Amino acid sequence: MDIDVSLSDPPSDARASGAAGVDLHRIARHVRWHILNTVAQSKAGHIGGPLSMADLVVALYFRELNIDPHRPDAPGRDRFVLSKGHSAIGLYSVLALRGYFPVAELATFDHGDSRLQGHPDMRLTPGIDVSTGSLGQGLSAAVGIALGARMAGQAFRTWVMLGDGELQEGMVWEAVNSASRFELSSLTAIVDVNGLQQFGWPAVDGRDRFDRSEPWAHVDLAAIFRGYGWNVIEIDGHDFAAIFAAFDEAGENARATTRPTVILAGTIKGQGISFTRGTYTWHNGVASEEQLATARAELMIEGETDESAA
Amino acid sequence: MKAQRDVWGDTVAEIGLTDPSIVLVDGDLANSTKADRFAREFPDRFIEVGIAEQNMVGIAFGLSTLGYRPWLSTFAVFLTHRALDPIRMLVSQTGANVRLAGAYSGLLNGSSGKTHQDVEDLAIMRAMPNMTVLAPADEVEAAAVTRWASDHEGPVYVRIARDAVRQVLPHDYTFRLGEAVTLRADGDIVLVSTGVQSSRVVEAADLLAAAGIRARVVHLPTIKPLNEASLLDSLKGASLLITVEEHTVIGGLGGAVCEVLGNYPTSPRVVRLGLDDQWSESGPDDFLLDKYGLSAQRVAEQVRSAVTTHEAAIASSGAATREEGIR
Repeated sequence: MDIDVSLSDPPSDARASGAAGVDLHRIARHVRWHILNTVAQSKAGHIGGPLSMADLVVALYFRELNIDPHRPDAPGRDRFVLSKGHSAIGLYSVLALRGYFPVAELATFDHGDSRLQGHPDMRLTPGIDVSTGSLGQGLSAAVGIALGARMAGQAFRTWVMLGDGELQEGMVWEAVNSASRFELSSLTAIVDVNGLQQFGWPAVDGRDRFDRSEPWAHVDLAAIFRGYGWNVIEIDGHDFAAIFAAFDEAGENARATTRPTVILAGTIKGQGISFTRGTYTWHNGVASEEQLATARAELMIEGETDESAA
Repeated sequence: MKAQRDVWGDTVAEIGLTDPSIVLVDGDLANSTKADRFAREFPDRFIEVGIAEQNMVGIAFGLSTLGYRPWLSTFAVFLTHRALDPIRMLVSQTGANVRLAGAYSGLLNGSSGKTHQDVEDLAIMRAMPNMTVLAPADEVEAAAVTRWASDHEGPVYVRIARDAVRQVLPHDYTFRLGEAVTLRADGDIVLVSTGVQSSRVVEAADLLAAAGIRARVVHLPTIKPLNEASLLDSLKGASLLITVEEHTVIGGLGGAVCEVLGNYPTSPRVVRLGLDDQWSESGPDDFLLDKYGLSAQRVAEQVRSAVTTHEAAIASSGAATREEGIR
């Protein structure tokens, strides 16, 4: 049996060792640049979702998760599941800047023979804990991981990133039910509530402005999660102070309650770049040279190197 | 006679005694699939997910990433249809150590009818890379396969029957992955079957023998990966090959056999018996087997008819002779 119950050799505490002097805003700017630029160079890929979750993933990997990029398979590491797998380039950009693989490798995204597949592949990419892509499956995998950790006496925590559009998949709610039923307080789900999806919905007021917004009109997501027995935290997903306060509260919940926690993070699809911000039309897309120049200026990339970002 | 589900339930519970990595994930059917024995013996390693098959698969996958070796137990139809997407992405594409026990497979599921019959499972599961697909013949082989699958690294689907069949394998039988098992050695008319249908095909061969037709019976417990050499060896000298399965004739055992034989110009003609691209219905086992051509009697009839057609074809064309079979 290959179940490691030893907690004697956990990975270094990223929050303690990596926090000091790290400018998360700066890292997030570079992550956003890599998202837009990599997809532009690969000529295919998602933009809006990776950009909306960027601050949350940067916060996780540079301050919160107990991980070691040099030991991506360490048994005691915290787990992260990108259930909204189409936002892979956002996670790859963070993993590269965090040191899991060279930043230059991002250029292979979506190419043949690449470790960086269009959707995350746990068998190929260092730092990917679960393969995802078909929406709605990540939370079930995370429930299994968190349950297994408890059965094996492991103390690590399990994190999942879902999209608000993804919550339309019924399998998510099967897992929401199991997570509270199994009292998996070590499980924290973050929902990237960017309010848009690939095509989206007609306006509920009948006056269609063709913004295709509000995936969950008529639905109180916080009340639903509470009804299922979860702790619910609602924050601005682009405010690092709010993000860390939420992470701290989720940590406290993990210790002091028997309930899993969901962070409903209000975000803006395409956040950080003027022409991608707030529109479903940049769910995916390939930026032109002119648009890349605009984004580069807006993200203040000129004169900075990736190394300095991380 | 012992039903395969009983054997599976007992065997998994027995393995659980010595292998603490075995966990069992149930979808509210443990008292049907017989996973309830494991539940009673090892409550800490029995995970009740409720009526949520996709979630079952996701949870089992998650457990497997920590070194656990989960068995999943529910009706075959809910695994291979309802939960196919998570099986595909989380289990097959990652090569996860997840064992899928498809109970109540095939036509015979206690009169539940077409909604609960799984007659496409072999076609669906064998289409996926990394997936091992097994269909044991009787109680002896069900136990052997359950033990083998528990030790195997990688995803396995095991077709488990609800109701008992006549035992066709000896108690000291050893399961070998991919290998064809010859149950009746005589004849150049070769009946190839899988799962519990193999037991009924042996009975059919006995009926044929009584009528003066010698038929060989080859059982394929492994639908994937097929050991091509072993299959060809078992078919040596065959002039007519008839596949019989409690499954659609599309893409299952017959399909797999034809894919192999298509590589060989001197292959014998193949007739595929099974569900003929149609949905079935509710009814007692005997009724369904008779109506859909899978009872020993009906298989024997269809074989006789196929032999007559085959011999007429040889007589009229002269092109195909019995000597042109696989050598």
